[in-house]
Amino acid sequence: MSNTRGASVVFDGVQKSYDGENLVVKNLNLDIAHGEFLTMLGPSGSGKTTCLMMLAGFEPATHGEIYLNGNPINNVPPHKRGIGMVFQNYALFPHMSVAENLAFPLKVRGMGKAESEERINRALDMVELGAFGSRRPAQLSGGQQQRVAVARALVFDPELVLMDEPLGALDKQLREQMQYEIKHIHDNLGVTVVYVTHDQTEALTMSDRVAVFNDGIIQQLSPPDVLYESPDNSFVAQFIGENNKLAGSVVEIGKGVCTVKLDDGTIVQADPVNVHNVGDRTSVSLRPERIEVAPDNSPDNLVDGKIEEMIYLGDHIRVRMNVAGNNEFIVKVRNRRDKRPISAGDVVKVGWDAADAKALDEAI
Amino acid sequence: MSSSETMSVEEQLAAGQTEDGIVRAADGTPLKARLAKALRREKLRSFLMISPLLLFIVLSFLMPIGDMLLRSVENKIVQNTLPTVVQELERWDPASEELPDEATFAALATDLKIAVKERIHTRLGSRLNYEQSGFSGLFRSTGRAVRKMEEGPYKEQFIKADEDWGKLQTWVVLDSFKAPYTAGYFLNAVDAENTVDGVQMKAENERIYIQLFIRTMWMSLAITFMCLLLGYPVAYLLAHLPARTSNMLMILVLLPFWTSLLVRTSAWKVLLQGQGVINDLLVWVGFVDDADRLVLINNQTGTIIAMTHILLPFMILPLYSVMKTISPTYVRAAKSMGANDWTSFWKVYFPQSVPGIGAGAILVFILAIGYYITPALVGGTSGIFISNRIAFHISTSLNWGLAAALGAILLVLVLLLFYVYDKIVGIDNVKLG
Amino acid sequence: MKHKSLLLAAAASTALFSTTAIAQNEDLAAAPCEGCAEEMTIVSWGGAYQESQLKAYVEPYVAATGVKVSFDESSAEATAKLRAMNEAGNVTWDVVDVVASDAIRLCDEGLAAELDPATDLANAPDGTSAEDDFGNLRVNECFVPQIVYSTTIGYRTDKVGDTPPTEICDIFDTTKFPGKRALQKRPIDNLEWATYCNGTAKDKIYEVLSTEEGVQAAFDKLSTIKDDVVWWTAGAETPQLLADGEVVMGSTFNGRLFSAIVEQDQPIDMMWDMQSFDLDGWILPAGLDEARMKRAKHFLKFATDTQRLADQAKYISYGPARKSSAPLVGKHEALGIDMAPHMPTDPANAGNVHNYDYTWWADNRDDLDAKFQSWLAQ
Repeated sequence: MSNTRGASVVFDGVQKSYDGENLVVKNLNLDIAHGEFLTMLGPSGSGKTTCLMMLAGFEPATHGEIYLNGNPINNVPPHKRGIGMVFQNYALFPHMSVAENLAFPLKVRGMGKAESEERINRALDMVELGAFGSRRPAQLSGGQQQRVAVARALVFDPELVLMDEPLGALDKQLREQMQYEIKHIHDNLGVTVVYVTHDQTEALTMSDRVAVFNDGIIQQLSPPDVLYESPDNSFVAQFIGENNKLAGSVVEIGKGVCTVKLDDGTIVQADPVNVHNVGDRTSVSLRPERIEVAPDNSPDNLVDGKIEEMIYLGDHIRVRMNVAGNNEFIVKVRNRRDKRPISAGDVVKVGWDAADAKALDEAI
Repeated sequence: MSSSETMSVEEQLAAGQTEDGIVRAADGTPLKARLAKALRREKLRSFLMISPLLLFIVLSFLMPIGDMLLRSVENKIVQNTLPTVVQELERWDPASEELPDEATFAALATDLKIAVKERIHTRLGSRLNYEQSGFSGLFRSTGRAVRKMEEGPYKEQFIKADEDWGKLQTWVVLDSFKAPYTAGYFLNAVDAENTVDGVQMKAENERIYIQLFIRTMWMSLAITFMCLLLGYPVAYLLAHLPARTSNMLMILVLLPFWTSLLVRTSAWKVLLQGQGVINDLLVWVGFVDDADRLVLINNQTGTIIAMTHILLPFMILPLYSVMKTISPTYVRAAKSMGANDWTSFWKVYFPQSVPGIGAGAILVFILAIGYYITPALVGGTSGIFISNRIAFHISTSLNWGLAAALGAILLVLVLLLFYVYDKIVGIDNVKLG
Repeated sequence: MKHKSLLLAAAASTALFSTTAIAQNEDLAAAPCEGCAEEMTIVSWGGAYQESQLKAYVEPYVAATGVKVSFDESSAEATAKLRAMNEAGNVTWDVVDVVASDAIRLCDEGLAAELDPATDLANAPDGTSAEDDFGNLRVNECFVPQIVYSTTIGYRTDKVGDTPPTEICDIFDTTKFPGKRALQKRPIDNLEWATYCNGTAKDKIYEVLSTEEGVQAAFDKLSTIKDDVVWWTAGAETPQLLADGEVVMGSTFNGRLFSAIVEQDQPIDMMWDMQSFDLDGWILPAGLDEARMKRAKHFLKFATDTQRLADQAKYISYGPARKSSAPLVGKHEALGIDMAPHMPTDPANAGNVHNYDYTWWADNRDDLDAKFQSWLAQ
């Protein structure tokens, strides 16, 4: 993951408060490697954007230090940090043409005309907008504006690019397309990217690592697959992907497996991720695609489920059922030709392995 | 074989096409006519909705302005008061340097006798007195004399009644203002007059209006510029401070609106005069010698200071409403790209606030050139505007024709300035929010 | 003791006046008014002057007739407003108080009604006809004068040294009296004073001013103090400028100076030399309908009789315009001082007066106004 072009960033015990009473960011420690694509993911108000603004220099840290390539930057004003930035609404200057927008960072750096023109053309070609240099931002579509914003953030070859929900204003299809394009640009250029979003799909698709924020704290910092497969706590499990929760108490803890007595009396086996003692309250987290309806083999857990509702989605069928007192229990059933037909009202067996059931802290 | 050849008439109709190329609706009427008919109701309804306002504007705004503008050229009074004299004067040639003949004097007697009976002769005297001093008295005294005049010859009797009737200049003035419409007021308004030798500028010591027009323009521009200079930072603060603080500040900005104009202007008098607060302070601090106090009032400085204060809100409010819409991310974006505070303001923020500057500047400028109360109170002699003369001619000298001509010229100047502004900045580039 | 008897005397004289007033009330205010309107609008200047009119004859008139009177304080813009009303065909005023020069304009424009002194005005108590009693103060057929006021010079007693100014020409002497002086922003009075101080005899002033050279000489004289002049437009300005110490001397109406000197006790005094007499009085708008015209004339006859004009001088230091009123002028209503010595018409004050020539100004005002403005702007 290391290369020499991208910058490294270190947050060292950073705290931020706006009013002197509440901490928006509580003791943030984060190392971002050279050339890494790191996403800060979290609900609004979780502190992720504040972290980004501190890194960009628009908000001072109340406590702690931020290092860029090993140098403390708390006292460096934003325009001297050399960080590229893409804003939520692109912030393209409406009174300048696309080319003038791209020329802006080069001009303030005093770059010669020939070189700057070459760079602008290269940047525009990179985002496939070579012919749009003379247009005004208002004459471009949302997706085109977004690309210009990306090109403008990259045209002066920064080592670090910050992106603040850059795809938030686009429709779904365009957003997905742009995710790949940004990812490709990152792979090609090797710059470090810190990306802020509240959209978990975006985070999972693009990132090398994802930092999940909640309540001013990083809940988990992991590569996307780890985040999804092995959430550290019930917030992360809940926030990333779809998730079924079964509340209960630990009755026995063994090596790599524990026994949980659910609130309706059902006994299930689970992976003790975040429980430590017998008697702890827990929330067992289960991904919908890891559950089998009427399994052929014999999984670690097998319970009755009453089908409440079925939604046909083509590649799979989404089944809502009542399991162990939870009637929001979702199961994704693969659309297989040979599968036995089921319908709403049926009571069927559902099963899953203990390793897929994560016994986490109690969900709030 | 092309498809149109094989199409039946019905098919063509259904497709809305005919041989003559006119697109038609299903029943054969041209589509354009159909559309117009369908839209007519819509248009009629819109028109009915705006018609009360339209009527109101026509009655209360356009017609009075039109009437006022008409006064600047209207001159029927000579013809209405002295109809036969005007007829007789057709035969007279002013260049002959001789008085009109007896028939003209007889006509004068006839007309004046009727005019005196109707008591309109002095009115004509006042009118012609604007053109030449003495006419007011001439008609008043002649009005008394004409009652006692016997049968002709009249020439001697008139000259005996007032020797001015024997002067060529009297008849030249009467002759040049006998037409129902006159350029006299407009000539007057640009310091010119109609003489025997044609249109000429007035004597040096009677010229006033051109100078006043120029002064009104440049002082209004100065006031506009001062408002911009002082208002821009305030508007910026208003737009970018947290809501609670900015609301407080907004109240301070609006405060002047809640006090009467006269009170504010009088307050400036107290502040600015020789023995006023500002001078006292400067003397006390020692910046200014007691014997050498600053002259801040009854001159152009006074007018500019007081009017800048009075018109400042009209600059701040449009600026504020435009700045409010400029997202702070633009400046952040500029800084993230390496621009320092000044560059990001000047290259990124300022250009986006230009529409607000345009709106505020136009508003302040238009209001400034029409102001007359404040200049009258604090302007002394060098700080008064053309509007002060217009007000004088409306209310004191009753020379409404001249007032109308001055007003019309002011209107044209403003429209001209608008045109120039449109060419330079673009009128689309003006935003009130 | 003496003080008390003075007060008693004052009370007695007031009582005496009121009885005579009632006697005449019955003659004029209580005289039958057939077919008269029951409401009227009086236009005046507001302030102390309007108050003096209210006390002296409007209140007595209302008491005697029960007519509903409303005031409109529009005298300053009366000419323009009356013209606008006349053109709109809707004159809402019945009796209008204007200065003489405005009365001339209104009469010339046909906006004021002509009045016949024999029938429309009251004779003096001794039988002198109204025409003779008003004399040449009735400047035209439309105007009924009420008061003689004058424009004269007031000065700061503490800023003129041991020898206060005594002559009008002292306003042009900036060596003897350094400092700013306030003058009215119009050619009238100023040109006459300048001409007089150029050495012209008083009765030749207008003759000289009728020539180009005379006008130029007057402006030249004014130019010698141009940098020292603060120009005023409202009568209240000069007393204020004097009180603030902004000017050492300045012209204003004598009533304003009376109020500053006597009523407010400011360090101000005044001189009467070459005071410029002016007149204020009534006109009736032309074109009133019969009932309103009758009511207006009925009021006018009462309000301008000998006693009423004398009464007005109790409230304000302006001289009554009737010769027969002068001997009846009494004491100040509130201060109890004799008003006669404060009247511009008092022989002690009227030693050297300037008589403003209305007809000459009616002819020359447009022209000289232009020249004056042009001179100011230079």
